[in-house]
Amino acid sequence: MGGLYFDIAHLFAGGLVLISFILLYQDRLYALLNVFALQAFVLALSVAWQAYVQDAPHLYITAGITIAFKAVAIPVALHRMVARLGVHREVETVVRLVPTMLAGIALVALSMVVMLRVTGGADPLAREDLAFALSVVLLGLLMMVTRSNAVSQVVGFMSLENGLILAATGAKGMPLVVEISVAFSILIALIVIGIFLFRIRERFDSVDLQVLDDYRGEAR
Amino acid sequence: MTILGNLTIQILQMLLVLLPAPLLIGFIRKVKARLLRKKGPPLIQPYRDLIKLVGKEAVVADSASWLFRAVPYLVFAATWVAAALIPTFATGLLFSWSADLIAIIALLGSARFFLALAGMDVGTGFGGLGSSREMMFATLAEPAMIMIVFAVALIAGSTQLSYVAEFMLSPAVGLRVSLALGLIGLVIVAIAENARIPVDNPATHLELTMVHEAMVLEYSGRHLAMIELSAQLKLLLYVSLIACLFLPWGLAPVGAGIGLHVFGIAAYFAKLAVAGVALAVFETSIAKMRVFRVPDFIGVALMLGLLATLLRFMSGSL
Repeated sequence: MGGLYFDIAHLFAGGLVLISFILLYQDRLYALLNVFALQAFVLALSVAWQAYVQDAPHLYITAGITIAFKAVAIPVALHRMVARLGVHREVETVVRLVPTMLAGIALVALSMVVMLRVTGGADPLAREDLAFALSVVLLGLLMMVTRSNAVSQVVGFMSLENGLILAATGAKGMPLVVEISVAFSILIALIVIGIFLFRIRERFDSVDLQVLDDYRGEAR
Repeated sequence: MTILGNLTIQILQMLLVLLPAPLLIGFIRKVKARLLRKKGPPLIQPYRDLIKLVGKEAVVADSASWLFRAVPYLVFAATWVAAALIPTFATGLLFSWSADLIAIIALLGSARFFLALAGMDVGTGFGGLGSSREMMFATLAEPAMIMIVFAVALIAGSTQLSYVAEFMLSPAVGLRVSLALGLIGLVIVAIAENARIPVDNPATHLELTMVHEAMVLEYSGRHLAMIELSAQLKLLLYVSLIACLFLPWGLAPVGAGIGLHVFGIAAYFAKLAVAGVALAVFETSIAKMRVFRVPDFIGVALMLGLLATLLRFMSGSL
């Protein structure tokens, strides 16, 4: 395996981590959705590159599903939801930006240390993909923690799932059935979340989830 | 090549960073004016301004100490040395053993330190305000710069600029995502350090927004000329640094003939022109940030530097 194969895989996987950071940085909902679509697109490129390197044609189908669902369908649906909810103003972050970024860097460092220790002896490409995938998952979780707006929490959840797909394609031998069922469950989740968002909005006149805390009597 | 030839090239390098520095500023102003469909001042206007300032009487406040008079020369000397260390048209200069990235950061850091001290020296409100803001930005911009340097040094295996430039020219460098992150981070640091538009507006004296201008408000005459010249030199330094680290094409190698050196100089001016146009377009298309948003902006550079180092560490340890 030449160094260039590895370098290109490294480029795409590193790009995914970088886009996770851009997601953390964005504080406008429309920009957030556009960056999310970009992340899905880079993920599709990464998956297609893995398909080429591993000589596994079914991964091309995964890449196609990723583009169709996550780079087009879900961002468009969320765009329309945001427009109908009328929440296209600033996202309220619970934690300030610079501490969030530093926490994100710490999470990336943590996942690299953990993954490099755990997966010693495996194929370098798989090790690297697993470490970056764990970073993307943790950054998605961080995004869900630091945002109070329901729509950006949904985006955090979806970007977490991007990390899972990256891990799955890095490890050889992921069956296509699992892949397709995961993709469809994400779509179902989107529909459920969409209905849920409108219910929250009807009930509380807001999609800020801190209102729910107040309602439960956990006012800060 | 004899020692005399090496010395000639080194002196040429020192003049080559000093003389076009005002021209670069004039060029950027001209392009910005043309983008706004104005005619703009002539290209040599910054030279005329400097000559006019040198001829004027230097007014110094009664409360100023010796530091206030010494600082313009200190700042200018530190910036000039730092700029002269960067290989602009040829690698392997006579003093390139000392052209270390960390040394350049240290020279710029001490220049900034003295300028901030001078800002507070007279005791007016604006000077203190400018100094405190400059320091606030520096606490983020300097670590960001150092992290970017670490990322580059980890890839090239050295912090010496000539060596890094030669490494970047060789095919051994491969395709590195860390370098792309480092480039973006360095551009952000350069914009912040040179007080260009999203951070500070170089064309205004509007009280509430200025950072660099507030710090040097008390200076006049030849002192102001020195400060202005070192600010122009600093912009040229960052452009040369970015060109040397990330676009080192056209640099004349060690012991090359006259032709390659002339070609190197032409390539250097072409790079300066491209950077000037890019900066002018960027500044015209973006609005200035609120001061309290600036740490977020520079924080991105710090984040990119850290991430570049981490990614490099990752692929290096596999």
